[in-house]
Amino acid sequence: MDSVNPAKKALSLLFLIAGVALLGWSLAMDCMGGGALYQYRGAVLIFGVIAFFAGLYLFPTLTHHRDIVNVIFLFPLLFTFGVTVIIPLLLGIFYSMTDWTGIRYTQFVGLANYAQMFHEVSFLWSLLITVLFVVFNMVLVNLVGFALALLCTSRLKGVGFFRAAYFLPNLIGGIVLGYVWQFVFNNVLVKVTGASLLTKTPSAFAAIIVVYIWQYAGYIMLIYVNGLVTVPGDVLEAAAIDGANAFTTLLRIKIPMIASTITICTFLTLTSAFKQFDVNMALTNGTGSVMDFMGQYLSNGTQMLALNIYNTAISKNSYALGQAKAVLFFIILACVSLVQVRISNSKEVEL
Amino acid sequence: MKTKMKTSTFVTIMVIAVVVALYTLAPFFLVCINVFKNANGIVADPVSLAGTSFNQFLTNLQNVVNNSNFSFWYAFGTSALITIISLILLALFGGMAAWVICRNKTVWSNVIYMVFIASMIIPFQVVMLPLISTFRDVGNFVGLSMLQSIPGIVFAYCGFGGAMTVFILTGMVKTVPYDLEEAASIDGCSYEGIYFRIIFPLLRPSVVTVTILNGMWIWNDYLLPSLMLGQNGKVKTLPVAVQAFVGSYVKQWDLILTAALLAMIPMIIIFLIAQRQIMSGMVEGAVK
Repeated sequence: MDSVNPAKKALSLLFLIAGVALLGWSLAMDCMGGGALYQYRGAVLIFGVIAFFAGLYLFPTLTHHRDIVNVIFLFPLLFTFGVTVIIPLLLGIFYSMTDWTGIRYTQFVGLANYAQMFHEVSFLWSLLITVLFVVFNMVLVNLVGFALALLCTSRLKGVGFFRAAYFLPNLIGGIVLGYVWQFVFNNVLVKVTGASLLTKTPSAFAAIIVVYIWQYAGYIMLIYVNGLVTVPGDVLEAAAIDGANAFTTLLRIKIPMIASTITICTFLTLTSAFKQFDVNMALTNGTGSVMDFMGQYLSNGTQMLALNIYNTAISKNSYALGQAKAVLFFIILACVSLVQVRISNSKEVEL
Repeated sequence: MKTKMKTSTFVTIMVIAVVVALYTLAPFFLVCINVFKNANGIVADPVSLAGTSFNQFLTNLQNVVNNSNFSFWYAFGTSALITIISLILLALFGGMAAWVICRNKTVWSNVIYMVFIASMIIPFQVVMLPLISTFRDVGNFVGLSMLQSIPGIVFAYCGFGGAMTVFILTGMVKTVPYDLEEAASIDGCSYEGIYFRIIFPLLRPSVVTVTILNGMWIWNDYLLPSLMLGQNGKVKTLPVAVQAFVGSYVKQWDLILTAALLAMIPMIIIFLIAQRQIMSGMVEGAVK
């Protein structure tokens, strides 16, 4: 096949050397500063990387060509993934044990941040209402979504329209939705309810749940519809012949047969409710008074965990504390997800 | 299951369906009628059509679009640019990575795949603060602006969207028979040519799914751009612009609702055009 061509080899080496030279030059400028071209060091770096990979790609080898292409193909995604996810995750875990200010840290403080956040009553409150929010939503969104899915798989006129109408809220971003609903609660429903529902903490919390269901149930419905249409028609027919009514069919046939769909939906609602941020921010921004929680007055009645982390770091400028909360958030989410997958898996095997 | 439904049952179901549809569409309806009113008209009567006029709508539109806190066209263009570039790069790089991971059964490819899968559980909140400082440091060091720049935010989206993209596309690559690649190789196709000529075209259905999932997320995302670009930075995306706008016009519902309408319209238009693909794409992404 293609023999090692000297011209190609020379070209490849030229690119490799040029790439390394450009990279070295740019790094030298970074470290030492100065030079007329200092402001262009970023461009030099990029050209260096491109030249290096071009040289690598052109390198005439029969045995390693596949490996080289593999590396080139994997590099872009792994590099961005490493810089945006892996490095910040590891740094974040480290920073949560220091007195990090968002820019620098001076000392290692061990678990002091973690101890501090458990003494912060407003944080415990956020934790509590987030758990409540997740539990309510896991149940309600799934019930509503499943009911809508049954509705959309029954013999309804204009199913396509209804499906699209129920799904529509899920398309719009949480910030915009939050403001639209703020308008609805403060200016429209207020005529019925007297005072706006968003002013009292319990009703504001309920309002967030209502908006969340409104936004998410349509999506969960689509997944349930997808599951329900896979239930084979002959099984349903057999049940009907055996005299099962609609309710028995639902309970004994449809629900067991879509157990895997239920797992997916529970998992989705669980994780997304836990991470709820946009609607929370736009609708109430976490405000709401709590007269007495563990002996303290709180003003963050509807502030959920994600928003609490954001406010701790960005508004109150306590980056290390916010980061420690975020790490706890991650640990809780990871544990809950693992347990949930375990339970669902074991149930599916039984069926 | 071919039993005839009773008329009464049918009517009940229809009524329920219509009531629920009215409920889900009501906020959109309220937005649509109130953008035709002025501020006083909205507060006086937000539900009825009284006080609506087309000229008022044009006035509202003018006040919002030309507002320097919102700068709709600029924010819209920025959002569109960020979303489109990120989607193209994610599909391209994601497909390349998925193919390499799937076709090379080594310890390394397994480790990389596992790390990708495991990372899907990581919430954005745990990486967001160090991410900003990492991007600032890297940007300062290499002399490329990573924060407050479109390339920087595209870079971040490639990193965050990578895991899910690889996960879905790997599932698709597995279904492509290996014989196809061998045949191409025997016919003299180069190794990288196999990917671009054979595999990538066959991945199309999954690329559509991935593009829809990533597109919905990137277009609507607020937290990442607000942190990276800043609340009132030079570059801003549509959700950031809405937030900044609402912050500066508290309770001016004529302006806020018009801004909300403008922010919703692009997504609704796309939905009306590609309704089937979007709905099936969202389901497929979840089921896999």
